[in-house]
Amino acid sequence: MTALVDQRVVTPRLLACVQRTGAFDLASHVAVHGWPKALDLPPSRRSRLAPWAEELLTDIEDAGLTGRGGAAFPTARKLRAVLSTRRRPVVVVNAMEGEPASMKDQVLLSFAPHLVIDGAELLAAAIGAKEVLICLPDDRIEVGSVLRATLAERDRAGLLRSPVHVATPPGRYLVGEESALVDWIRGGPGLPVFRPSKGAPLTLGPCVALVHNAETLAHVALIARHGPEWFRSAGVPGAPGTCLVTLSGAVARPGVYEIEMGTPVADIIDLGDPTATPAAALVGGYGGGWIPSSAFKAPYTPSAMRELGAATGPGILVALGSASCLIAETARILGWLAAERAGQCGPCTYGLPAIAEDLAQLARGTGDRGLLRRLERRTGQIAGRGACRHPDGAVRLVQSVLRNFPSEVSEHAQGRPCASALGETPLPLGVPHWP
Amino acid sequence: MNALRRLGTPAQRIVIDPIACDGFGYCAELLPGLITLDEWGYPIIESSLVPARLLALARLAVKECPRRAIGLATCEQPSDGYSGQQQP
Amino acid sequence: MNPTPTIAATSSQALWYLTRASGIVALLLLTGTVVLGIVTAGRFRSANWPGFALQALHRRLAGIAIAFVGLHVLTTLMDRYVSIRWIAAVVPFTSSYRTFWVGIGTVALDLWIAVAISSVLRRWINPRHWRALHWLAYGSWPIALAHALGMGTDARLSWVQGLVGISVASVVLALGWRLHRRWSDRPPRQDPLAARRTRGDVLGANR
Repeated sequence: MTALVDQRVVTPRLLACVQRTGAFDLASHVAVHGWPKALDLPPSRRSRLAPWAEELLTDIEDAGLTGRGGAAFPTARKLRAVLSTRRRPVVVVNAMEGEPASMKDQVLLSFAPHLVIDGAELLAAAIGAKEVLICLPDDRIEVGSVLRATLAERDRAGLLRSPVHVATPPGRYLVGEESALVDWIRGGPGLPVFRPSKGAPLTLGPCVALVHNAETLAHVALIARHGPEWFRSAGVPGAPGTCLVTLSGAVARPGVYEIEMGTPVADIIDLGDPTATPAAALVGGYGGGWIPSSAFKAPYTPSAMRELGAATGPGILVALGSASCLIAETARILGWLAAERAGQCGPCTYGLPAIAEDLAQLARGTGDRGLLRRLERRTGQIAGRGACRHPDGAVRLVQSVLRNFPSEVSEHAQGRPCASALGETPLPLGVPHWP
Repeated sequence: MNALRRLGTPAQRIVIDPIACDGFGYCAELLPGLITLDEWGYPIIESSLVPARLLALARLAVKECPRRAIGLATCEQPSDGYSGQQQP
Repeated sequence: MNPTPTIAATSSQALWYLTRASGIVALLLLTGTVVLGIVTAGRFRSANWPGFALQALHRRLAGIAIAFVGLHVLTTLMDRYVSIRWIAAVVPFTSSYRTFWVGIGTVALDLWIAVAISSVLRRWINPRHWRALHWLAYGSWPIALAHALGMGTDARLSWVQGLVGISVASVVLALGWRLHRRWSDRPPRQDPLAARRTRGDVLGANR
């Protein structure tokens, strides 16, 4: 990634403090955002929610907040599911951000850490959690030290309500998956766990883990201060509020931007000053999908992106310049996804490398006549048959290429690849994290 | 659903644990109408609902799986739970 | 009142024949069990022999084999002609009669019992422990074979030697088939740690 922290904000909410004051210490944070009353009230006991907690949960529900980690699951529903287990909860802040093209959580923790901690503490006190655990990768040293300094600052001011610990699992892609993260915390290898019923709670010894993305918690902190109507005043009815997106690729100013949900994709890309309209954009990260420039007027919402075969995912947009080959980039991504697989489930263990190899042949234009049929068959088969959504994301990416770019695919399949197929990649791939 | 109830037995659904599964394929041998194998030998559940006449075979498949990867679950209302996935 | 020597000798001889016969049959059945075990672990299947049937056959055959081993041990202990205390049936090398060869028979028996009990209790045992115990079966079969040859009584008979030869050949063939299949067939299931060592850059490798 080139520019790391261009935090120009269009709609300053999460990044308002650093935007307005240039600082993110406790005093500036309180000056800009105020202090939520709820953090001074007594916490809920395990047996019953405090009245303010019930109000907060209702506010989150009315605000329509959905998770910002990728699944876009309704936050209030997850809270109620955890409460219904009647176990002592532990709040886990997921700041693993294993996608190479994503930087929003790092930026959030580096420039608005108090907001994230506010949200975690609010939920912890609301549901009677015994502690908060913030998880970030072990190789993100600067973010870790900023976070620890922030926690120390809060502690000195006497504002740490529940014990907040920082844990640093290895930065593998899959450790950011909810069940894998909890598995690691439990002392396991940090691989996804099979949950026969999707609503099954993630247990942590005798406790239950409530796992939320760092950005989701920052939104909770603001909803607690300003209420659900304020939250809904940005965004669109089906997708309220703001979110952070990491914009990169063929743009002059890559970085993390805060945008309103429902903003047209074209406008988001324009924030980064592209030299020319990109031919395509990757929306939703390596588990999202490619959309053609003709679709750039679509609003950035989970449902609209899903209809285009992409996803909002963890807020990632990569613009593809005319000098790059879409299929070659997809082949590279599949190779990376295949290298990052857990190797626990057969269809993904064998299917992902096979699909990556198929795509590589397609990119080079060296595929045989059965290549497309094989690709269609394989992508149709491996989704939904693993313990986690890793193969599903890979399949979504490939299917978006097949569906949205039929002429490019057909040219490559007939042995006429782009001249730029083997050029330099605009995508951050990095080295797979496994030892 | 009523046609599948027999002597009050609730309808059963096939559930396969993909982590435990090692692709032996006994389930596909015993229930060819419900389970097929992909090109690497792993089961694809074509239809997870077990008709009453195949229930005995399904139970045998559960018993015979060398990795205990296949099980039967009572059909219930789709739960209000979440898929609970951070990206990925 | 003591039985007459003739009756004692006759019943002892009957037991003696029964011991040897059940031992040979047990050995053949155990060989069959081992071959089926190798073949099912190697995922053999055919149109007429589905995998689940071969596995079920493996289990049933193992049960019958254990029954014959049990008969073999029982008739040995009942036989008054040579006195082998019952303890020698479970603790190896405690028999005064032909200590070594009876002893290794006991070793094989102990291993088979461990395998059998763990399989009956399979549902309640940690799968890794069960597999480790089951691998003992690979070791116990040659030990049982050595016991049969070392005891010597019938080992000199050509038809017995023929049966032993066929048993050894079938196990060797099954093992050969299994090893060949593991190395040449579909890619081996990778251990999670090894799976990720492949560098992700599928295009770079072929530039």
